[in-house]
Amino acid sequence: MLRYLIKRLFWMVPMLIGISLISFFIMHLAPGDITSTEATFDPKSSEESRQKLRELYHLDKPVIVQYGLWVERMVHLDFGHSFASHQKPVFWAEKDKDGNVTPGMIQEALPITLMMNIAGLVLTLTLGVPLGVWAAKRYAQWPDRTITLFNFIGFSIPGFWLSLLLMYWLGVIHPWFPISGLHSLNYEQLNAWQKCQDLFMHLFLPVVIPSITGLAGITLFIKNGMLDVLSQDYVTTARAKGLSDRAVTYRHALRNALLPLITIVGLSLPGLIGGSVIAETIFAIPGMGKLFYEAVMMRDFPVVMGILTIGSALTLLGNLLADLAYAWADPRLRKGVMPDR
Amino acid sequence: MMKDSEILLFAKNKKLPMVQRHFLILFLSSLLGACGSENPEQKTSLLNAPYPTQTGGTLMGAMPSDPSSLIFMVAGESASSAITANLFNSLLTYDQNLDLAGELAESWQVSPDQKTLTFHLKPGLVWADGHPLTSEDVFFTWQAIIDEKTRSPYASDYQLVTKAETPDKLTFVVHYDEAFSPSLDSWAGLQILPKHKLAGQDLHTTSFAQKPLGSHYYQLKEWRHGEYIKLEKNPKSVLGPANIDHLVERIIPDPGAQFLELMADNIDSLSMDPITYARIIPSRPELQAWLNQYESLGNSYTYLGFNLKRQPFKDIRIRKAINLAIDKQEIIDGVYLGLGEQIASPYKPGTRWSNPELKPYPFDPQQARSLLAEAGYKDSDGDGILEKDGKKLSFEVLTNHGNKEREKTAVIIQRRLKEVGIEIRIRTIEWASFITRFIKTGDFDAVVLGWQLGLEPDQFGIWHSSQQKPGQFNFIGYNNPKVDQLLERGRREFDPDKRMHIYHQFAEVLYEDSPIVYLSAGYNLTAIHKRVRGIMDPVPPAGVGYDSQKWYLPMPLRRTQIQAE
Repeated sequence: MLRYLIKRLFWMVPMLIGISLISFFIMHLAPGDITSTEATFDPKSSEESRQKLRELYHLDKPVIVQYGLWVERMVHLDFGHSFASHQKPVFWAEKDKDGNVTPGMIQEALPITLMMNIAGLVLTLTLGVPLGVWAAKRYAQWPDRTITLFNFIGFSIPGFWLSLLLMYWLGVIHPWFPISGLHSLNYEQLNAWQKCQDLFMHLFLPVVIPSITGLAGITLFIKNGMLDVLSQDYVTTARAKGLSDRAVTYRHALRNALLPLITIVGLSLPGLIGGSVIAETIFAIPGMGKLFYEAVMMRDFPVVMGILTIGSALTLLGNLLADLAYAWADPRLRKGVMPDR
Repeated sequence: MMKDSEILLFAKNKKLPMVQRHFLILFLSSLLGACGSENPEQKTSLLNAPYPTQTGGTLMGAMPSDPSSLIFMVAGESASSAITANLFNSLLTYDQNLDLAGELAESWQVSPDQKTLTFHLKPGLVWADGHPLTSEDVFFTWQAIIDEKTRSPYASDYQLVTKAETPDKLTFVVHYDEAFSPSLDSWAGLQILPKHKLAGQDLHTTSFAQKPLGSHYYQLKEWRHGEYIKLEKNPKSVLGPANIDHLVERIIPDPGAQFLELMADNIDSLSMDPITYARIIPSRPELQAWLNQYESLGNSYTYLGFNLKRQPFKDIRIRKAINLAIDKQEIIDGVYLGLGEQIASPYKPGTRWSNPELKPYPFDPQQARSLLAEAGYKDSDGDGILEKDGKKLSFEVLTNHGNKEREKTAVIIQRRLKEVGIEIRIRTIEWASFITRFIKTGDFDAVVLGWQLGLEPDQFGIWHSSQQKPGQFNFIGYNNPKVDQLLERGRREFDPDKRMHIYHQFAEVLYEDSPIVYLSAGYNLTAIHKRVRGIMDPVPPAGVGYDSQKWYLPMPLRRTQIQAE
């Protein structure tokens, strides 16, 4: 087991180098750099100062040299400084000589996005699994039909449209929830309990809406898995043994139906740090999606590369974790993966 | 459980969840501490009643993006200037009629040879921390912007200074190699930074950019990145204290969400697009009851620019024909819902630089057709498109992707030009690619883009024939010795009246040459809650935000929620 793990971790290194190399070149394929997005069209700015900037950021050098410089920094886990945000550190916080701390850009955005996405994933799973089981058990009857109908409505509604509608309905007509933002203006003055409440109220809509639209996938997955399993011989055997319906459904059937879910959750791990540009823009939440989108539009290469590197590292790690969890959950696979044991 | 938390939260905010849509009742009843007994008319009269000037309160606003730094000379973007304009002063400023006036400087002199400027600072100036603000700080700021290590896109004007001196604490003298009148505008644009905080620091990495100290009406209180910026009144402000205690700018990128926040009365002041301003608000009387709407000519115009190095645009008759074939009022009505103006020169109508003799090119397709015929174009194959020597009069118009106004403008132009037999193809391209791939290389036929309606009349960079290298701004390739000479003279002339004469002539030559088609200058549109008083009416040329330190919030109309803080 340990050997397998070390082998997998070791293989991640060349994979990461490959991914970063491809990302770096693709990023540079897009025309323009920071000097063509920033203050370009102000006649008060001059081409000389733009050229100076290009030299300072090494943008005048060949791409392969720039990549080399980037790798050199990454070896020390130095993600560098943003171009567009005037030397704000990309990842790690920095302290100046007076002891003032400038937080890293990813460091600021990542916890927000993680919190939102984990809450969303948990919500989707807690709703999707029971709904899927229910739909499978009452297959082709009204619960199944209703769940399927609502799932598809949720799936087809554009998220941004539903967001604006609910913001209007629950924020303006009935002002129950804040419309946008992450913290109230008086957040610092609140006590711990009120801070939690404040965050809960602000995150309610941005977490619930994507979960509604994402519910369809999980529910269908569970439903189909359950339908497959429920017709298996061992389920019939379990029933024949006289086990209660509950025990058959949850202990015998659901366990097996959950297996594919591991893959889905594993694959959604990198998505956890991705964030959604649309949701974050509409709800004015400073998360990873917006950070990445703006960095791409500004050709802010260090930030783009920082996010891509962390994203790909997490994807590889997510795959590994999913495989391990699979092996743990499914004895057939465990034997397949480690034939030497 | 959720229900409980809602009630708790609202009890805390003294905000009562109430019946639909009556925001007015909602906030007024919470202000009065009693609810529901009065009718909406009484609330409206309370909102419309006069109140004396008073201090205090919080003004809420929204802006689409977070500043990258609060040192404007390195940030350079509009989000940064929106905040720093409240924090820092410059030597000079523009008054309500957009004429130069002193800000930190009490007076300024131009030497007889016009190569030396002397600024006399007002006595007794201090920073928000009480430290005196002197000519040392001005000198330091100038040194900072021309420093090799400072990556400011705006350094070039200050690099022309050959020598700067501070004979005493209240005097700042700069010498130039030759007379350079746009320098006055550059000193109105340079926000003076405190030497005692920044000496020896790198402007790009200093934490001062996150925690600045200024001298203007406000100082930074709290900045939650990507969420909001809270400013607090600076009691030591060099121009006297402002009326309103706190300014809060929420960062809300989506205009739809911004408008919902306005509807829910969470923000007081919002700039908006023509549709929201002229259609949505007027269709909702309940919103109109508590919003004032302001419009004033913005600081930019949209134009159709030709690549003058290419055919058929070398022929002035073609340029004029296109100009005459486009109905500018139609563009203003269609794209800006009538909220804009036609212009005839690259200066703001009504200011001294704008030549009142010039009238926008009329919409005259008949004359356009005859000009095209005169240039030798006729439709010989009967497909509706003119040709000459077998070449169709057909070209590509580029504009940047995502700018809806420009895209719509291009479509309207396409239709009108088709009527006189010119075919255009419209192509939209993402900004960075547009600049790098097409503008810099000069690989385009025509573009729909915008320029500033500058407060400083010098437009050397845009029109002088020497400014055509890649990355410079005369990318249309305009070359007229007469304009070159006028622009050079304008840069050397300090006397406002003589300058005015020069730039009126310059605009006239441009008008005759028609190197670009002035399409429209849109209005800045703002809606402000009626609780905000003291707004200059009518809106001065400098815009609705001019003199905002005189704005005030009458006590009975303030938001309780914010007051409780």
